[in-house]
Amino acid sequence: MAADTLLEVANLGKTFGHLTVLKNVSFKLDRGERVALIGPSGSGKSTCLRAINYLEPPTEGEISLEGQLIGRRRNGQPMTDREMAPQRAEIGMVFQHFHLWPHLSVRANVALQPRKVRGMSRDDAEMLAGDLLGKVHLAHKAEEMPQRLSGGQQQRVAIARALAQQPKLLLFDEPTSALDPELVGEVLTVIKELAAEGRAMVLVTHEIAFAREVADRIIFMDGGQIVEDGPAKAVLDRPKSPRLKQFLASLKLGGADE
Amino acid sequence: MSDALPGLIAEALLTGALVTVNVTAGALTVALAIGMALAAAAVMTNNRMLQTTIRVYVEALRNVPSLTFLFLLYFGLASLGIRLPSMLAAIVGLGLIGGAVTVDIFRSGFLSVPAGQSEAAASIGLTPFVAFRLIVFPQGLRLALPSLGNYAVALVKDTSLVAAIAAPEIMFNARQLVNETFETALIYGSAALVYLVLTGAVAQFTSLVERRLEVR
Amino acid sequence: MMFVETIADNVTDWVPRLLVGLRSTFGLTAGGFCLAFVLALLIEYLRSRRNPALRLIARLYIAFARGVPVLVILYLLYFALPGAGITLSALSAGTIGLAAVSGAYLAEVFRAGLSAIPTGQREAALASGMTPFQTFRLVLLPQAVRHTIAPLLINLVSLLKDSSICALIAVPELTLVSREIMSESFMPLSVFALTALLYFALAWPASLVARALEQRLHRPAAERDRGRSKRPAVEVTAVG
Repeated sequence: MAADTLLEVANLGKTFGHLTVLKNVSFKLDRGERVALIGPSGSGKSTCLRAINYLEPPTEGEISLEGQLIGRRRNGQPMTDREMAPQRAEIGMVFQHFHLWPHLSVRANVALQPRKVRGMSRDDAEMLAGDLLGKVHLAHKAEEMPQRLSGGQQQRVAIARALAQQPKLLLFDEPTSALDPELVGEVLTVIKELAAEGRAMVLVTHEIAFAREVADRIIFMDGGQIVEDGPAKAVLDRPKSPRLKQFLASLKLGGADE
Repeated sequence: MSDALPGLIAEALLTGALVTVNVTAGALTVALAIGMALAAAAVMTNNRMLQTTIRVYVEALRNVPSLTFLFLLYFGLASLGIRLPSMLAAIVGLGLIGGAVTVDIFRSGFLSVPAGQSEAAASIGLTPFVAFRLIVFPQGLRLALPSLGNYAVALVKDTSLVAAIAAPEIMFNARQLVNETFETALIYGSAALVYLVLTGAVAQFTSLVERRLEVR
Repeated sequence: MMFVETIADNVTDWVPRLLVGLRSTFGLTAGGFCLAFVLALLIEYLRSRRNPALRLIARLYIAFARGVPVLVILYLLYFALPGAGITLSALSAGTIGLAAVSGAYLAEVFRAGLSAIPTGQREAALASGMTPFQTFRLVLLPQAVRHTIAPLLINLVSLLKDSSICALIAVPELTLVSREIMSESFMPLSVFALTALLYFALAWPASLVARALEQRLHRPAAERDRGRSKRPAVEVTAVG
């Protein structure tokens, strides 16, 4: 088990003043495992995801990637952003609002990290960027500025940008929530292809049917805690806790289920 | 320092401040009147000639220094036989420049009122003119307030220039007093304070008006 | 006819003198702008520090520079400072005074330029493994520069216009020269009209460029929102 464990989240806690957003969150991720994090709004799933690469430094608990503690020095003190940079480089994150850099072309967006963080030569980085853009079916948009792309296209570029880090782990923070409905499919397709390649990922999403199809495991969070954690189909088809049952029922009431 | 000095300073600065306030109020009125009228006309009509004339007026007066324009007005009119009293020249001069500034502020305000508002007004049968008067104008005015406030503060500061055309405002009086007493730091420092109070008051007043109009 | 000839004759006399004055105007404007730029960076630095005393100094300075007329600041620098042992030339006093006021506005421009960048971009940069310095250099600064060029130009035009105020502390710039010519020739209309024309020829193109830049900056926003849902993050009841 230990040799295969990629990510370990132990007793994660996060409070903002008097507000406790995460409490005692613990789970593991193996190499190649695909985990979906689901739950109602305010359940803390995004905060949990963002704690993994210390964009939201936890107030309690530890995160380890391949056995290495993230975000803390040997003496337990929190690291600065500068010290954390190499660790973050191993984790690729895709944001809900894409956050492409508007002053750079699509290709430059994808090539920036390999060039400036991994030290690749400009030609190598641009070739890598071209390949990755082809992978997300956007090679023809490489020289465009991000603002000219649709939301779905921008998000696919953002995915290519994360892949350019050659990361050990991918984090998706509600990647389709900010998209118009007809653009959601193209992004989900790309994520499905990545999952099929066996890439380790944590996917926070509202697309439950998609999560069922793509994830090995589903973690259901509510009120800042993990309520259920198990194989995807089992958790969704045979929910054990009343809260999960309630959550799944309210989905069916709200609209069509795939 | 003589005992009479503080009193002299206070007298000079306060009488000057009165003139400053007068000039500001006068120029502001002129500027707002011009700005509102021209902006309303520009937004409501599509008259090419009108738009161009307004553009020429605005570009001309905004790209020339206030002082130069005041000289042009004051001495230029004098050479044509029209000897304007300093205060009037100050009000007219600053007012004309102010009009050029406020036209764009008002236009921007009117155009920022969401199109849906005019559409709704039209759909209940209001004529364009009435729709403008009742719907667009009041809302545009509210949107324009912060920029107008900024302009008012700048206007107070610009009145310091009219000393150069012999209007007896703060700096004019201050300079005379300095010539008599040589207390430069004290007098000019106090003048600076007076201006701070005046501009501060204008800024506060603007905030007050903004807040009042929001509650509704 | 004779009237026009007289003007034409005079103009050829005046123009060289006015151009000499214009040189001082340029000096004031350029010098003031550079100094203001440095001053604005300094203020921004003070504002970014954690020490509240430093931030207060910055705030007080900005309040003073925005609430006191340029003329008063020039008088204080030129007439009052000698009392404290510091004697500035009119040109120096003029440059410093203009810079003092402009610097406060530029500081606001810098601050607005940086804060206009959505925080998510910084996060994305840090998340990809860039150091804070790299983030600043590669992501934040290029965009801040883009945002500030138009306001900087507008500020420069303001400086140009304000340089005329230095006439009142006897800096031999364009407006003072024009005043002198007027008192010699008694032709205020022609002289000042010509002077106004000179200022206009310098200020107007710059204003137009600034406005064009601003338009170009704000147009892409409409295209950015294409395909992006304006709904807040969907709740559980969303269509699957």
